[in-house]
This record gives sequence, C-alpha cells and structure tokens, in this order.
Amino acid sequence: MEYKQAKIGKLLIEIIPDRCDFCGCCVGVCPEDAIELKEAEIRIIAENCTNCSKCIWSCPIEVIKFNKEGILV
Amino acid sequence: MKNYYDIIVVGAGPAGSVAARYAARHGVSVLLLEKDRDVGYPVRCGEAVNKSRITEFIDPDEKWICAHINKFRFVAPNDKEVTLQFREEGYILERRIFDYQLAKLASEEGAEVVTRAYVNGLIIDEDCVRGVKALIRGEEIKIKSKIVIAADGVESRVGRWAGLKTHIDFRDMESCVQVTASNINNINPDTCYFYFGENVAPSGYFWIFPKGNHIANIGLGVSGIIGKKKSALKYFNQFMERRYPDAPFLTSIAGGVPCSVTLKKISSNGIIMTGDAARQVNPLTGGGISSGMIGGSIAGDIAGHSIKRNTTDYLSKYPELWHQQVGKKHEIYNRIKNGIYNFTDDKFNKIADSVLKLPDDKRTLRNVFTTALINQPSLLLDVAKVFIY
Ligand SMILES: Cc1cc2nc3c(=O)[nH]c(=O)nc-3n(C[C@H](O)[C@H](O)[C@H](O)COP(=O)(O)OP(=O)(O)OC[C@H]3O[C@@H](n4cnc5c(N)ncnc54)[C@H](O)[C@@H]3O)c2cc1C
Ligand code: SF4
Ligand code: SF4
Repeated sequence: MEYKQAKIGKLLIEIIPDRCDFCGCCVGVCPEDAIELKEAEIRIIAENCTNCSKCIWSCPIEVIKFNKEGILV
Repeated sequence: MKNYYDIIVVGAGPAGSVAARYAARHGVSVLLLEKDRDVGYPVRCGEAVNKSRITEFIDPDEKWICAHINKFRFVAPNDKEVTLQFREEGYILERRIFDYQLAKLASEEGAEVVTRAYVNGLIIDEDCVRGVKALIRGEEIKIKSKIVIAADGVESRVGRWAGLKTHIDFRDMESCVQVTASNINNINPDTCYFYFGENVAPSGYFWIFPKGNHIANIGLGVSGIIGKKKSALKYFNQFMERRYPDAPFLTSIAGGVPCSVTLKKISSNGIIMTGDAARQVNPLTGGGISSGMIGGSIAGDIAGHSIKRNTTDYLSKYPELWHQQVGKKHEIYNRIKNGIYNFTDDKFNKIADSVLKLPDDKRTLRNVFTTALINQPSLLLDVAKVFIY
C-alpha cells in the first residue's frame, strides 16, 4: 500500500461515499478539478488534489473529512 | 444515436433543455445528454419561480404547479414578521414534471435526448472543442459536434476541460440542505416564508415554500465561509427541532447554489456555457430556474444560428447578449447581496420594525431593501435600478 501522490505529497481529503448525496457542491468549488461525480458515485482524483479543504467547507452535510494521517489507497 | 451532431448539449436541467429546444428550432441536429437516469430527478431545488419569467418558455400547466404564490413573509431573528403582497404571481413547481416537460419540448423540436449518459471529456482538436467523450450505459463513446453547450449545473466541469475557469469561490457557494416535509399545518398555501438571522442561516436565508396539501419545501443555504465553522446540516437540524420536530420528511437533499456574477468567460472555441454552469443564477435570491432558461434560450439560439450560417465566430456574440438581457442586472444584485451579507440580528430586527411602521400599501420589496440599506447610499441607487416597477 502507498499514499497516492497529491501535489503536496499525500492525499489528506477523504469523502465518506455512503453518506454523500451527490449534490456537486464540492465539485463546483474545487479549484483543481479534483473531484469526479457520476450519477451516484464520487471520488477524489488524488493526482489533482492540493488538500486546500475548500470542498470540506462547502459540503452541506459534512461528508468530507480532513484526514491528518493521509489516506492509504 | 449517431456519431455526429451539429450541437451537443450536456445536462438536461432547465438551461440545457431550453438550449436544446432553441437550437433544434433552426433545423440542425441536436443531442441532449443527461447523466442521471431520469430528467428532473433528483430535485435539488426550492422550486419557486416568478410566473412572468417562465411563461415565455412554457405554457402554465397545473400538472407542474403545486402552489400559486401572492405573498412573501420575512421573519426577523426576533420572530417579528413582515408580510408583503407580491404584485405579480409566483409558482411553486413540481420540478420532476416541469423539467421532464422541458426536455419533452426539446425532443418535439427534434432534439435527441439520452439519459444515463455521463460526459467525461471533450474532443479537442487545434484548440477547438469538436465533440464529447461519454460513458453511456457502460460504454465509452466519442461523439463529434460543431458546438458543445455546457449546461452541466453547479459542478461545471465540462467548461474546465476546454480551459475555461469555472470553479466558484467557496464563499460564493451557498451550501443547502432541504427537505420536502408533510404535516406542515401552520403556513398559508399562497405565501413564501423567509427567515433571517445568525442562528438561522447566516449569510443566507431559511425558506419554507408551500406545495399544497400541507406539504412544503423547507431548507436553507449558507456560504462556505460559514460552512467552515458550522455546516448547513447543523443549522437545518436546529431550525427543525425548534419549529417542526415531528414533521415527516418525504425527501431530503443537499445542494449548492453558485451566488455570484456570471463567469468572466462563458464561451470559447466550439463551446458555450449556460445555467448554473456559467453561474447565471440570481446571486441575491439564489433563483436560477428562470435565469438559466433565459441563458439557455440565448445559447441555443446562437448555436443554431451559427450552424446555419456555417460559422462558429457567431458564438462570440453570446456573452454580450446574455449580459444585456440579464448579466448586468446580476452584477447589481450581487452588490446588494454583498451589502446585506453581514447584517447582524440587531440590524434585521430594526429593519423589520421600520418596515412594520410603514402603511400596508407602502410595504413593497423595494421599500424593504431601501429601509435595509438606508445607511449605504451607494447601494440605494442599485436598489432603485432593479426595483423600478
Ligand atoms: C436547495 C436549492 C434550492 C433552490 N431553490 C431555487 C428556487 O426556489 N428557485 C429557483 O429559481 N432556483 C432555485 N435553485 C437553483 C436552481 O435549482 C438551479 O439554478 C437550476 O436548477 C439550474 O438549472 P441548470 O439547468 O443550469 O442546472 P441543473 O438543473 O443542475 O441541471 C444540470 C444537469 O446536468 C447534468 N450533468 C451534470 N454533469 C453532467 C455530465 N458530466 N454529463 C451529463 N450530464 C451532466 C446533471 O445531472 C443535471 O441534470 C435552488 C438550488 C438549490 C440547490
Ligand atoms: S481539497 Fe481542494 S483540491 Fe482537493 S478536492 Fe477538495 S477542493 Fe479540490
Ligand atoms: S458536497 Fe458533500 S454531499 Fe455534495 S457531492 Fe460533495 S461530498 Fe457529496
């Protein structure tokens, strides 16, 4: 297992997929086009993410978390 | 489905469906792609519109009108209420049916509609957009076109792939939670309710829009700057515990409304953007159904014309026409929004008090804003500009 490389080294942003409502708010604010949202499927494109946290602040229902340890993928 | 269309529209919301229809009217081939299984569902919307702004695009039909609105009620943080007569007519829609109907109108004009069609890339050749890549029912497909209309809503990724800057400042994104609840018995079926205050919806508002039969859309939006400390969901739960602790929820959704001026650039070689994707929402109210339809009609019409004239240069007229018709007004609305954004509870209470002192016939939307902005003369001029009846 390894950390996916984001621009600063590792991905610290985590979406809890089971709780997501697929509303697109986070996608709209992401400056790096780092979130992909299909009909009922969401993922962070780790290579694009800069861990800026803007998606976390705009998620209406607290589905995105800042994970200090980084996420193993 | 073919492998070439003159125009491909991405997203079958109000903006995309109207764009497809106005394009198809020119007798060109149009494909409308929607990633969801159903057009019009899920509904992420309070569903309030001003009748006069939508009848140009669709004849009123009780099938998709849940309620007829003729009053607004504003509730200050101290629970003082100001009720205004709305001199026009408003509707609360059933968007499941409304959006569906708009897509049907596009198809009747000749547009081909495909659902479960997720657009995941653009075909770009010599700096010009020449089609889309899509995942359609499990199959990766390339479809060529002369023009792509990006009407992909709040996410607005399609424009990014063409190099347009579409992401919105998180402070301008209103993050929303809304339910459609039943057993809401203490509201008038002809009144839209708006609640303000630091504990209710700072930098936004809370709404209750009646849908008839004691059903209502109840929700709120707060800016990302608020969301940083406390989520929309927490504000929502707080309000419901206080006012409707036992109301059953028939649906509940999250959503985002981009409340800003229109994007600086909404067209590029072979692509134009419309609706929420282009940030064509009224930034003061967060209403984007009618403005998206206007944007879509201009975009579709221009795209159809361009194909007919065999020149995509004509696309560059689109931003200008949009700004003339609506965009300029949104700049004014945005200034007013910024002016009232940080009002304290005390300020809201005082506004309610002052408006309540006015005689009934003077209680107009314009006078409410004038009262609110009395200490900000520069914005008063803006209010005058937009509320001249
Ligand atoms: C909680 C809430 C309440 C609101 N209340 C009101 C209100 O009361 N009145 C009002 O006027 N406005 C309201 N709005 C705003 C209004 O809902 C939007 O402005 C309006 O829906 C915008 O229309 P649109 O066609 O631009 O986008 P949408 O209606 O969002 O449609 C975009 C479509 O594109 C599809 N799509 C996205 N990406 C892709 C892709 N890659 N491939 C294929 N398809 C794609 C989506 O599935 C969607 O169907 C509200 C919004 C929210 C979130
Ligand atoms: S942290 Fe920033 S870059 Fe990463 S997904 Fe969220 S908004 Fe995008
Ligand atoms: S903002 Fe939250 S609920 Fe909406 S799509 Fe993103 S993670 Fe899901």
